[in-house]
Amino acid sequence: MKVFQNAGHLFRLAAVFAVGGVAFIGVRAFLVPKSFGQYGHYRGNAIAEIAARPVNFAGHQACEDCHADVLEKKMGGKHVHVNCEACHGPQAKHAEDPGSVQPAKLDTAVLCVRCHEANLAKPKTFPQVVSADHANGLACDNCHQPHSPVITDGGTK
Amino acid sequence: MNITRRHMLLLLPAAALAWKHVLAGTPEASPNYKMTEHWWGMLIDLPKCIGCGNCVRACQAENDVPDGYFRTWVERYHVSDYDIENPAVDSPDGGKEGFPPAKAEGGRNFFVPKLCNHCADSPCTQVCPVGATFISPDGVVLMDKTYCLGCRYCVQACPYGCRFIHPKTQTVEKCTLCYHRITKGLITACCEACPTGARQLADLKNPNDPIHEFLKTHNVQILKPYMATHAKVFYNSLDGAVR
Repeated sequence: MKVFQNAGHLFRLAAVFAVGGVAFIGVRAFLVPKSFGQYGHYRGNAIAEIAARPVNFAGHQACEDCHADVLEKKMGGKHVHVNCEACHGPQAKHAEDPGSVQPAKLDTAVLCVRCHEANLAKPKTFPQVVSADHANGLACDNCHQPHSPVITDGGTK
Repeated sequence: MNITRRHMLLLLPAAALAWKHVLAGTPEASPNYKMTEHWWGMLIDLPKCIGCGNCVRACQAENDVPDGYFRTWVERYHVSDYDIENPAVDSPDGGKEGFPPAKAEGGRNFFVPKLCNHCADSPCTQVCPVGATFISPDGVVLMDKTYCLGCRYCVQACPYGCRFIHPKTQTVEKCTLCYHRITKGLITACCEACPTGARQLADLKNPNDPIHEFLKTHNVQILKPYMATHAKVFYNSLDGAVR
């Protein structure tokens, strides 16, 4: 059995590898987050972290809970499917605390033309105007009431 | 501690219960939301898009997107009658402030909103070396900012150009399909702000979602189908010239 005469150093080498392996497993267990690999090759808790972000747009359901009168005005009008926050902007803060956070007043001169300014690329069926020659410089809400824009009784003014 | 057979028999059901909780995968912020019950996508009804830029502004307001960068943007196409292979595309400031009047008469003119396609086989998640980007169990491609190295592999891998490096954090940013909203039962900010219904959030696992009827009855395509990304943003009446 001359082959195994100096087998001692093999055991030492094996011991070094074993210690290294255990150290690697220990360090890895310490460094890798618990949720890593929960659903795949990523940190599972990241999903909950992303989902926990606060919202800025309250959603039309929240608006309609309080503003039923406006919803009624929109009903039957062309803007019935336009959500409140499409024009009024993000209102989650107002929805949370309606008393102290008031939405800013809107300027129809800016808002209406965003959608209704004529452009060749817009669908032909969509109502468009060249705002410069449409109303002789009058504000849109002189004639159109934004919540139901068909001309009936002379807008909001 | 010695684990006897009796202990083992008691422990096994407890372990099974714990594992079931793990599999259910409910984000803590929304206790009624089960990831396994959803498979999110979006429908873009192109004939309804008027290029108003409401979606771009809403996205920036909802997600604190820095100026000059976009998680969603609107492109305007002009396809000349004589050169359908090379459409003229413009998107001034992502379409955020609308579009100037079109110069060219004739040909086809239309708007195309773009966003992350939330591919079921997304190239971006495949190239990430550190597991910072991934497809969630409900089919949304998400980013783990704490893991991102900013190596830009995914930015190059995305065939749709939907990712960018945030100028401050130097980590990757992209559309999350408003994951913080859809898990709370809301629709995305862009869908909320779209005045014409050109954008519609779609849950492909919900049998009552109108998307199923729409897909059956309309001419719906995805972008770059030859990339085999299995994109989940569906475009109705997509022009062949759109890249």
